Amino acid sequence: MLKQFFKNPLALMCLVIVGGTAFLGIFAPWIVPHDPYANNILNKFASPSWAYPLGTDQLGRCVFSRMLYGIRPTLFLSLVVMLGTLGLGVLLGTIAGYFRGIVDEVIMRVVDIMLSFPSQIMILAVVALLGVDIRNVIIATIFIKWAWYARMIRTATIKYAEMNFVLFSRSIGSGNLYILTRHMLPCIAAELAVLASLDMGWAILNISTLSFLGLGVQAPVPEWGAMLNEAKNVMASNPEQMIVPGLAVVVLVGAFNFLGDSLRDALDPKAVRS
Amino acid sequence: MSVVLRAKDIRVSFRKEQQSSLFGQERQQVLHDISLDLREGECLGIIGESGSGKSTLGRVLSGLLKPEGGRVYLEGSDIYEKRSAKSKAALQHRMALVFQDYTSSVNPRFRVENIIGESLRIYRKAGGDCSHVRQRTYELLDQVGLPASFITRYPHELSGGQLQRVCIARALAVCPRIILLDEAISSLDASTQVQIMDLLSTVQKSLGLSYIFITHDLTSITYLCNRVLFFQHGRIVEQVDQISQLSSLQTAYAKHLLHSIMGLGVSDSEQEQADLLVSESEISSLALVNDARKGADSPQAGAVMAFSSKPSVVG
Repeated sequence: MLKQFFKNPLALMCLVIVGGTAFLGIFAPWIVPHDPYANNILNKFASPSWAYPLGTDQLGRCVFSRMLYGIRPTLFLSLVVMLGTLGLGVLLGTIAGYFRGIVDEVIMRVVDIMLSFPSQIMILAVVALLGVDIRNVIIATIFIKWAWYARMIRTATIKYAEMNFVLFSRSIGSGNLYILTRHMLPCIAAELAVLASLDMGWAILNISTLSFLGLGVQAPVPEWGAMLNEAKNVMASNPEQMIVPGLAVVVLVGAFNFLGDSLRDALDPKAVRS
Repeated sequence: MSVVLRAKDIRVSFRKEQQSSLFGQERQQVLHDISLDLREGECLGIIGESGSGKSTLGRVLSGLLKPEGGRVYLEGSDIYEKRSAKSKAALQHRMALVFQDYTSSVNPRFRVENIIGESLRIYRKAGGDCSHVRQRTYELLDQVGLPASFITRYPHELSGGQLQRVCIARALAVCPRIILLDEAISSLDASTQVQIMDLLSTVQKSLGLSYIFITHDLTSITYLCNRVLFFQHGRIVEQVDQISQLSSLQTAYAKHLLHSIMGLGVSDSEQEQADLLVSESEISSLALVNDARKGADSPQAGAVMAFSSKPSVVG
């Protein structure tokens, strides 16, 4: 399975991009040439140079340093969103798919209700209700997005709940918790990995979008979406300011999506045989 | 002989997928008032065509599907009664299952030791003595005729027959009184079938187990079972208490089944006549082959016999 995955050059490239980005984000304080908050108004809109690898922005701050520091909220907050939605979705999805009956009905009707709202508008509404703050954005996103996960995971669980090894476990009296953790979770892990990597891309876009709209990460803190927002103000005079953060978002989101695709291919038993 | 499992008036129905009205509650009756007894140390065969409800009955008997009506008593206690976790565990481990489809009957991510270990864990929880898990696993593997080195293998590294042996070892690990075999050998090839059946009868003798053998294959029934129930449309249409009296079948359905096994190759119109002349000689030849096979100790000898009972030779 993993061998298949590592044979795919696209998958490897995506892994390197994601891994490299995470590395740069974690070690940003030791890599950056300048303080991301230090402004120098006399040196605004400077072209790339050795001192400023990606030039400076409208306040004369180092764009390269800000990009590296921006990885932290962008990537790691997305990770939090992804883990939160995944956790809630897996919990409710497996419960619904495994126990069926009335439990399933109740959870799935709630899911239906959640899915009937347009997700972005709901997030805006929740953030408006709770106040503009990145924490509220994360809570709102998890609150909206878990339903989608729960539905996907329920389907996967139902598929395995009727397998003979689960029936055997039940017939000799293994506990539900044992069956869920030892049989169900490993079986749906493949599906989960695909869902998670695809959803990571969505979460990054979402946080960047909300920061761009001014609802997420607030002004001086470097974040890719927020940087785009600031660059937007000077789009007429210095359009090149938008290129770096914009491109970074595209590449990272693309990498996660391709990673999801390659994972799905690698985990497909038919693909392994051919 | 005491009764280990008694089912009384089991009724099961499922809600139809296609209802005539929007909120219709039409139900399809799958089992009609089934009653049966399983005595200690015997093998009860349940035979019927696909969709006759025999596997549903298997689920009811093994405690996986609560019937709408009727009760299942395992050694005198009702298995669907509400009870404490401990007494439930003590009750449930007395019955184990072996399935037809050996590929889906074990978790593909478990090694052989984990597969058997799961059953041992249940046995320990039910109060059984199992302090040496690994030692016991080796014993069980030995009991089903597999080398101890298989303990670290994954299911996909085993052949169908070997995997079915692991499934039997897993069922034996909970020290059951009854093993329910749901088409346990149907998906194996002829020679492996005989080997597995030999294994089952050896194990039955040494441990004093009772079997419920659900199948659509009459040859394997005659090989292993003491009594046979013929199943059609959710009803027991005929019961044969002595396997040697298999020739004295009354109902047309049972006769038809018997004929299809024999492979007489007659058309439907001729079938009627053939029914009247249920060729005693063929039945007795089947029984003979059967006796010979039972006498044969080595699996190889059994395998040869199995081929001789194939329709092309007999019919």
